[in-house]
Amino acid sequence: MHSNPPIPRPILECRNLSRALPGDPGRFLLRDVSFPLHAGERIAIVGPSGAGKSTLLRLINRLDEPTSGAVLLDGEDTRTLPPQALRRRIGLMMQRAWLFPGTVRHNIAYGPAQQNRRISDTEIDTWLNDVGLPGYGNRDAQTLSGGEAQRVALLRALANQPEVLLLDEPTAALDEENRRSVEELIARLIQERQLTCLWVTHSFEQARLADRVLRLEAGQLTALGTPGQVLQPAQALKEPQP
Amino acid sequence: MTLPTLALSPELQKGLLQCAVAALAALTVMFLARKQAPGLLREIPWAELRGLLQIVIVGLILAVLLHGPRWTSLLVLGAMLLAAASIVRQRASKFPRPFTLALTGIAAGAGVILCLMALTGVIPVQIAILIPVGSMVIANTMNTQALFLDRLHGEITAHTGEIEAALALGASAEAAFAAFRAAAFRASLIPALNNIRSLGIVWIPGIMAGMVLSGASPLYAALYQFVVISTIFSASALTCLVTSRLVLRRVFSPQDQLTLRA
Repeated sequence: MHSNPPIPRPILECRNLSRALPGDPGRFLLRDVSFPLHAGERIAIVGPSGAGKSTLLRLINRLDEPTSGAVLLDGEDTRTLPPQALRRRIGLMMQRAWLFPGTVRHNIAYGPAQQNRRISDTEIDTWLNDVGLPGYGNRDAQTLSGGEAQRVALLRALANQPEVLLLDEPTAALDEENRRSVEELIARLIQERQLTCLWVTHSFEQARLADRVLRLEAGQLTALGTPGQVLQPAQALKEPQP
Repeated sequence: MTLPTLALSPELQKGLLQCAVAALAALTVMFLARKQAPGLLREIPWAELRGLLQIVIVGLILAVLLHGPRWTSLLVLGAMLLAAASIVRQRASKFPRPFTLALTGIAAGAGVILCLMALTGVIPVQIAILIPVGSMVIANTMNTQALFLDRLHGEITAHTGEIEAALALGASAEAAFAAFRAAAFRASLIPALNNIRSLGIVWIPGIMAGMVLSGASPLYAALYQFVVISTIFSASALTCLVTSRLVLRRVFSPQDQLTLRA
């Protein structure tokens, strides 16, 4: 008798995740979104502005609370985990770097320092070299350009060694040249470190490189499948210009 | 018991005229600054009128209470606490449950320091001293707390991104908030700190002048003025400290989510 190989348990799973609009329980930012994310998998999240992409990531990272539904991390309801421990396991890189006052080194070491874990200066210098910022350790973080700041924000998120990395349009605020180089950097680090990630993107190129693509529209999941199934070649993912 | 006469004595007429000139000066300045702060021009006449009526009523009440039992001073200070909390509530309406926040903070700061000073005998438990000194302490802590909450709200709304970035990296609400709370704390204590620094150089406060006029030694009056100003600083700082603890759970959910928005 032939038996199918066991399906591995997803590292992360959203089950009927909903978030009502604050102050208006009849309207939803996100409604009944369910999908699994497997270890090492990369899912690109696409959809127009206001589709609920950032809300979804915030609910997974628990910066926001779902109205109903649940997020499971390695089979465990994230509501049973201390929020600080959860956020170390699920890293989030935002649209803007939001670097803290102080040096680049201080910013990168921030997450581990919250767990009283110290990262050596040599290790930070190696990471900075790897992202094309050699000798930046002692620079004032507030003086960096947008592209440099996002590279530091990426290292800061990775310093916690998260099991899942959430990327919320990390290149949205960058110019074309920086956007391309930061996206290439992120893609390389994901590949090298075999990171499991959810990447909100407007870039057709980036979405096409994902294992699966999830489309959100008006807070609802309207498509989930391989890039070939979800993305139409002629379809632009960019926002309509006003 | 003697009550002040309400007849318009020459002294009273002079006082009313002085009040009118002082109020006019405030109105004129607000008129000149109407473009920078348009709301204040409407607010200031009512604030002046309200302040004048309040202080006249307090003067009349004090004239009665000075001859009553000592416990009545507690009633007066209690009423002042409630009024101070009510004023701060209006300035801190962006925070959840602002009245309780303001009342607890001022009561803890001003109340504890005043009790400490009364119990150690630094402030004599006499109505004529407790009420004016207590009112100065409560009024100053009220201002400090209002400044603290106003600045804190500004810091949070201006730095929502940094706070959430810190939370997303696994920082506790306390840690994510610490730098912004410290900035508000420092800024709100500047007036109280300046009062100590400028004491005697830029500013000779009324209590010292009053003591000298009533026959106390100028040196003792100076020392006692330091006691009062230092007490005000301690009460203000303690109020901010307590308020900063209380405000944490009004700004963050139990799951360390930033709930206060612009």
